[in-house]
Amino acid sequence: VTVAPDRFNRTARALHWLMAALVLTMLLLGAGMMSTVSPTYHRLFGWHRTIGILVLALVAVRLVNRLIRGAPPMPPDLPRWQRIAAGGSHVMLYILMFAIPLVGWATLSAADYPVLIFGDIQLPPIAGHNEQLFALLRPLHRWLAYLLFTVWLVHLGAALFHRLIRRDRVLESMI
Amino acid sequence: MPDQNPKGRGSAGDRGTISLLRRRPRQAVAIAVVLGVAAAAFAYTGGWLTPHRLSPARFVDSLEVNAGGVHHGFRRAHAKGICVAGAFRATPQAKAWSSAAVFSGASIPVVGRLAEANPDPFLTDGRQVVRSMALRLVPPGGGEWRTGMNDTPGMAVSTPDAFYELGLAARPDPATGRPDPARMKSFLVAHPEAVAFNARVAAKPLAASFANDTYNGINGFYFVGRDGARRLVRWRMEAEAPFSTLSKAEVSRLGPNYLFDDLLQRIAAGPLKWRLVATFAQPGDPNRSAELWPADRRQVAMGELALTYAESEAPGNCRDLNFDPMVLPPGIEPSADPIPWARSAVYAMSYQRRMSEPKPPSAIAGQTAGAVR
Repeated sequence: VTVAPDRFNRTARALHWLMAALVLTMLLLGAGMMSTVSPTYHRLFGWHRTIGILVLALVAVRLVNRLIRGAPPMPPDLPRWQRIAAGGSHVMLYILMFAIPLVGWATLSAADYPVLIFGDIQLPPIAGHNEQLFALLRPLHRWLAYLLFTVWLVHLGAALFHRLIRRDRVLESMI
Repeated sequence: MPDQNPKGRGSAGDRGTISLLRRRPRQAVAIAVVLGVAAAAFAYTGGWLTPHRLSPARFVDSLEVNAGGVHHGFRRAHAKGICVAGAFRATPQAKAWSSAAVFSGASIPVVGRLAEANPDPFLTDGRQVVRSMALRLVPPGGGEWRTGMNDTPGMAVSTPDAFYELGLAARPDPATGRPDPARMKSFLVAHPEAVAFNARVAAKPLAASFANDTYNGINGFYFVGRDGARRLVRWRMEAEAPFSTLSKAEVSRLGPNYLFDDLLQRIAAGPLKWRLVATFAQPGDPNRSAELWPADRRQVAMGELALTYAESEAPGNCRDLNFDPMVLPPGIEPSADPIPWARSAVYAMSYQRRMSEPKPPSAIAGQTAGAVR
C-alpha cells in the first residue's frame, strides 16, 4: 500500500510556477497590446504569439504528467462546495490553457495572417481563411481570456485562503 | 445530505468557513487587497483606467465619427477598392540590398487591392484625390511581405498622435456639418509639416488611372542585406504606363466608378506593370513620414510588379485580408518611424470590426477581368 503523496511531483510543481508566470504574462500582454497604437502593440503581439504557443506546448506536457502522476488529496475536512469549486476551477484552468492559445492560433489562421513565433518561425494555419470563423473566434479569444483572468483570481484567492485562513497544507503541496 | 466532514464544517451555508473568516479578519482583508491589486494591474495594463491612452479602438472610433458613421462591412479608410492579382519579380541587383525572399529573383505570387483613401465605400470617383495600392507577396518557402502605399508625396504628419489630432481638427461640427476652421487653423499652426503636405498634394497632377499612378511606401523601413548591413529605405511602385491626367471637366463627364471601369478595361487588355524603386537615406535624413528626402538620394530598381487580374471584393479575396504593413519578411525590418507600428494596431482593429459585420457588395460588384498567370 502506497501512502498518498502530500505534494505534487517535481515536474508538476516546476510546470505550475513556470506556467503561472507565463499565463499571467500572456494575460497582461494581450490586454496591454490592445490598449495602444505605439510600437508596443507590435512588440507585445510578437511576444504574445510566442508565449501563447509555449503555453500550449507546456500545458500538454503538464496534462500528461497530471494524468499519470495524479494530485495529492484535498484536506479531508474541506467542505463539499470547496472541493467542487477546487476541482471545477482546475478543470477550467486546463481547458482554458488549451483553448485560448488554440483559438488565438485559429483566429490568425482564419484571417490568413502569418502565425510567426520567435520572430520569424512560421507555423502552419490550423483553420482556413474564413471571415465568419474569424468573426466568431476573435471575440471568443478575448472573452475566454477574461474568463481565465477571473478563474486565475479565484485560484490565487483560494491558495491564499488555504495558507492564511484555513492554515492547511494545500499551498505547500505546490511549493 | 450526508456530510463526510469529520469536523462538521461544510454543512449548508458553510458556517465553518464563515466563522474561520471572522476569526482571521486581517488575513481576509489582506487576501482581498491582493486580489484587488491584481485586478487593478490588469485593468491598468488594458488601458481601462487611462482612457486618454491612444488605443486602436479610440483611433478607429475617431475614423468612424469623421466618416459620419459606420459603413458596415467596409474598411474604415480606403473603403472603395478592388482586388488585383499578379506576380512580382526582383531585379538581379535587388538581393544585394535585402535578403528578403521576395527579392530572390523568382516569380512571386501577389494579391493586392487598389483603392481610394476615403471612408465612403460608394464614393463618386474623382472627388478623392488620394489613391492607394496594397500588396501581399507570398514566396513559396515563407517570408511573406505586406505593404500599403499611397500616391501622395509623403504624409501630412509624422506621428500617430498628430494623425489623431488631425482627425479631431477635421471633424465635422454637428451644427454646421463642416470642420471648425479655428480648430483646423490652430492645428496647422502647430504642424507646419501638414501645411507643406497640403501644398504638395495641391501641386501634384492627378493621375487619370490607377494604372499610370505611382504609389509611395512613405514610411521608413530597413533593408537588411546578406552582409547584415541595415539601410534605411523608402520604396515606391512607379507605373510603367505613361502618365496622363484628366481635367475637372473631363472627370465630371465620367461615371461614378470611372477609375475602376478603366482599371478593368486596361487589365483585360494586358498586364499592368510597375517598377519597385527603393530610395536609400543618407545619414541625417529625417525618418519622419511627413518629410521627404532630397531627390539625389540613391535609387535602386528592386523589381517589377505585373498585375494581370482584377475582381470585385468578395468573400475570401482581398476583402478579407488585412494589409498590415508590419508583416515583414526577414530582410526587411521596421524602423523608428512610428507610423507603420500604429497602422498595424489600427488596421487590426478595423479588420476585427468589419469582419464581424454584414458585408454588402461593393460599389464595383460582380466584376472580373484579365487572368491569373
